[in-house]
Amino acid sequence: MAVAGTTPDSVTLRAEGGVARRQAWSRASRYILLVATLLGLVVLVILGIDNAIVGIPSLDWDFLSNYPSRFAERAGIRSSILGSVWVLVFTVIFAIPVAVGAAVWMEEFAPQNGILTTVRLNIANLAGVPSIIYGILGLAVFVRLMELGPSILAGALTLALMILPMTVITSVEAINQVPPSIREGSLALGATRWQTVWNHVLPGAMPGIMTGTILAVARAAGETAALIMIGAFTFIAFDPSLSFHGLLDSFTTLPIQVYNWTIRPQPEFRANAAAGIIVLMIAVIGLNALALVVRDRLRRN
Amino acid sequence: MSIRVRSTAPTDERSREALRGRPAAEHRPSENVARPEGDLAFSISDLNLWYSGKQALTGVGLDIPRKMVTALIGPSGCGKSTLLRCLNRMNDLIPGVTIEGTVTYRNANIYGSEVDPVEVRRRIGMVFQKPNPFPKSIYDNVAFGARVNGFRGNLDDLVESSLKRAALWEEVKDDLKKSGLALSGGQQQRLCIARALANNPDVILMDEPCSALDPIATLRIEDLMRELATDYTIVVVTHNMQQAARVSDYTAFMLTDEEITGQLIEYAPTETMFTQPADQRTEAYISGRFG
Amino acid sequence: MALASSPDGSDLSRAIRKRPLSRPGESLIMLSLVLCAAVSIATTFAIVYVLFADAIGFFQEISFWHFFNPGNEWQTLFNPRSFGVWELVLGTVNVTLWSMLIALPLGLAAAVYLSEYAHVQTRRFLKPLLELLAGVPTVVYANFALTFISDDVLLPLFGDSVSFFNSLSASIMLGVMILPIIASVSEDAMASVPRDLREAAYGLGATRLEVAFRVVFPAAISGIMAAILLAIARVIGETMIVAVAAGSTPTLSLSPLESIQTMTGYMLQVALGDAARGTTDYTSLFAVGALLFLMTFVLNVAAQIIVRRFREAYE
Ligand SMILES: Nc1ncnc2c1ncn2[C@@H]1O[C@H](COP(=O)(O)OP(=O)(O)O)[C@@H](O)[C@H]1O
Ligand SMILES: [Mg+2]
Repeated sequence: MAVAGTTPDSVTLRAEGGVARRQAWSRASRYILLVATLLGLVVLVILGIDNAIVGIPSLDWDFLSNYPSRFAERAGIRSSILGSVWVLVFTVIFAIPVAVGAAVWMEEFAPQNGILTTVRLNIANLAGVPSIIYGILGLAVFVRLMELGPSILAGALTLALMILPMTVITSVEAINQVPPSIREGSLALGATRWQTVWNHVLPGAMPGIMTGTILAVARAAGETAALIMIGAFTFIAFDPSLSFHGLLDSFTTLPIQVYNWTIRPQPEFRANAAAGIIVLMIAVIGLNALALVVRDRLRRN
Repeated sequence: MSIRVRSTAPTDERSREALRGRPAAEHRPSENVARPEGDLAFSISDLNLWYSGKQALTGVGLDIPRKMVTALIGPSGCGKSTLLRCLNRMNDLIPGVTIEGTVTYRNANIYGSEVDPVEVRRRIGMVFQKPNPFPKSIYDNVAFGARVNGFRGNLDDLVESSLKRAALWEEVKDDLKKSGLALSGGQQQRLCIARALANNPDVILMDEPCSALDPIATLRIEDLMRELATDYTIVVVTHNMQQAARVSDYTAFMLTDEEITGQLIEYAPTETMFTQPADQRTEAYISGRFG
Repeated sequence: MALASSPDGSDLSRAIRKRPLSRPGESLIMLSLVLCAAVSIATTFAIVYVLFADAIGFFQEISFWHFFNPGNEWQTLFNPRSFGVWELVLGTVNVTLWSMLIALPLGLAAAVYLSEYAHVQTRRFLKPLLELLAGVPTVVYANFALTFISDDVLLPLFGDSVSFFNSLSASIMLGVMILPIIASVSEDAMASVPRDLREAAYGLGATRLEVAFRVVFPAAISGIMAAILLAIARVIGETMIVAVAAGSTPTLSLSPLESIQTMTGYMLQVALGDAARGTTDYTSLFAVGALLFLMTFVLNVAAQIIVRRFREAYE
């Protein structure tokens, strides 16, 4: 065996001079970038604290159960909460079947040609249309042309069109997640394509569709501009009726009520706006959290 | 960085074994490891590496001579790339890696606590399996290292001399503004070599530098390796035994068997290795009976 | 059939999916599925028809040249009325400029942090939190812009030089709102930059900071451009924040401290008033709406084209 080799000259490999400086910057950059990342969240936290301080004193049962009023201390969100719930229920009833139907057609049945590409591009573009434009559409078509007036029905149809693109997109993704082997297995047993979709693909896509639906509801729940556009900025001091005719009643929603109180010049209303914001934020954050839970829970099963 | 580096040999015997998940006694280092004479570039001893608890190198120890070409051969998955990437701390970048043992480079332990990986990589350059030029001009590719290092000399000269050393200058000198991605595969790989040379390293590590190239481009790179070995230490991973035989002075044969992952079986001057292998597994491999 | 030539299964499932329907009752189902997809196409046609039909009515009263003449004011309340849309467009440009100035550095920093620095768990925790910023109802931001940012921060800070309604308070909250768009679209682009480019740079002795900003960032630049376009589209379409906090005085100013009016702000103002059908007030809503629609449409299409090119470059 040969004699062991040697190493005449030594190095330290320590960071010195330029390298030390560059590494110092690089290490510091981690914290600088982290702070920048958190800055937006800091604003959100301040927003939460500010509204909590201003709003919590007014947040009591009376606030939840009273109708709006000219007097700040007597004003409440009863009609706007009921209006929000009612409009959102019908928004979901209108939007989800259409969105899932469109997604199923696109993923399972559509011919692979220009028509499908057109539908895809069209939906991607609709997703980027500002909500106030959907409001104009609702105003012209549902309120005026169909003569529904600024009603719950017109509001729900407007919001349904607004959330349609995003629910189609999430439904398409959910259907895509279903492994092809499931379809093949079902078809091999002699099921028709529709039976396969109904019995296997849709159940498999359910978690994704539900998650997308809940997120879309959260978005619709906070929508203000489109509903003001169709004329929902009104004073409502009655509960929506549970009849078919009730659908043609006018309505208000929680975000519209918050807007109303925000633009009042009298400072007393600031507390009402903050209390309304607390309720709205709890609802929206709750829906977002629910979406995450639903996705995890159903995915596990 | 979630790397846990343990430098130098046995510190705490129990925690070592907990990490390995297997008694240390099982592996005995190979006896067929030559010790090159003259100047050494690296001295590796008892090197172990785990990827998230899964062992990839076991008790590797060898000395790598300076200004020569050393080839690492062995079947796919035996840990050649892993070993190579230990030499310039590229494995630090993979989350969950644990490294134990010593790699000495010019009397400094590369895994020593004071060592800066950026300083290591500046001195020990690397060329990858797939040519990976930046989506920038040829010039900017070669100048990249110099620029981040705050190079104060003449950048044009540096780019020119590096491209010349990499035998690419004649082909690209009129088009330095062209994207590096517009070159052919072989040219891209020489661009990557030029880019490494521009950092003025001592060592160039090459991980299967020709596996994505056609035979003619491969030959050019092999010639280049021989030429560069007059000034640089080259460590090259290859799965091509003819290539190892053609370009290297020393060859290390690695193997993963049922029991021990990433072990060094034999290390010898290339000629000895290919004419009189000491271990029958080496013989089986170089005669093409497996891998 | 494609079966023989496609062993990988994906074509296989396509081929099976294309099998003819075997029950006649199912053609009814199929028809309804097609109708569902047709709703989206019909929506687009309806939007275009509604906007442009009434916009044409507007341009029969007010000339095109009057509308786009930068010399004309937007003054619809008193006679003589004047409909120079540039003041509204510039109001929109004003808030876009300032909100992007705020959101771009922060959003890109977040993207770089999440893609190049954060541990897997940190990213998994931070991303949904950051995304929440885009889920907050904009009326909440609007309220905060007016009652906190303007009243409690900007007025004490700038005193008399800032008006109570000002573009800056709106821009700050618009910036917070679009932060997640910029961050997550850019992060996606950075995450799809091939790993071997990072390795090449680290192998040359670059630090993490240098790898992030000299290699990953430039390689992801087109994805980042798309993020910027999408964020701009979102800002110019946002209504509540600007309507509440930025004011309702159209001006040709890019100053952040002045009261301005944006296109959407004007549209909401008309909706809140009682513009009778057929009046110029009413039709101006559609003219401004059509312009807004065109602007967001162009931005969204451009962003999609860029994203598609970027995907093709790396896949
Ligand atoms: N980043 C990694 N994470 C986990 N395991 C890895 C990683 N890289 C390599 N390995 C594993 O380590 C072993 C050795 O890999 P490698 O060094 O790439 O082999 P070679 O280059 O000889 O083909 C293989 O079993 C491989 O699966
Ligand atoms: Mg390898």
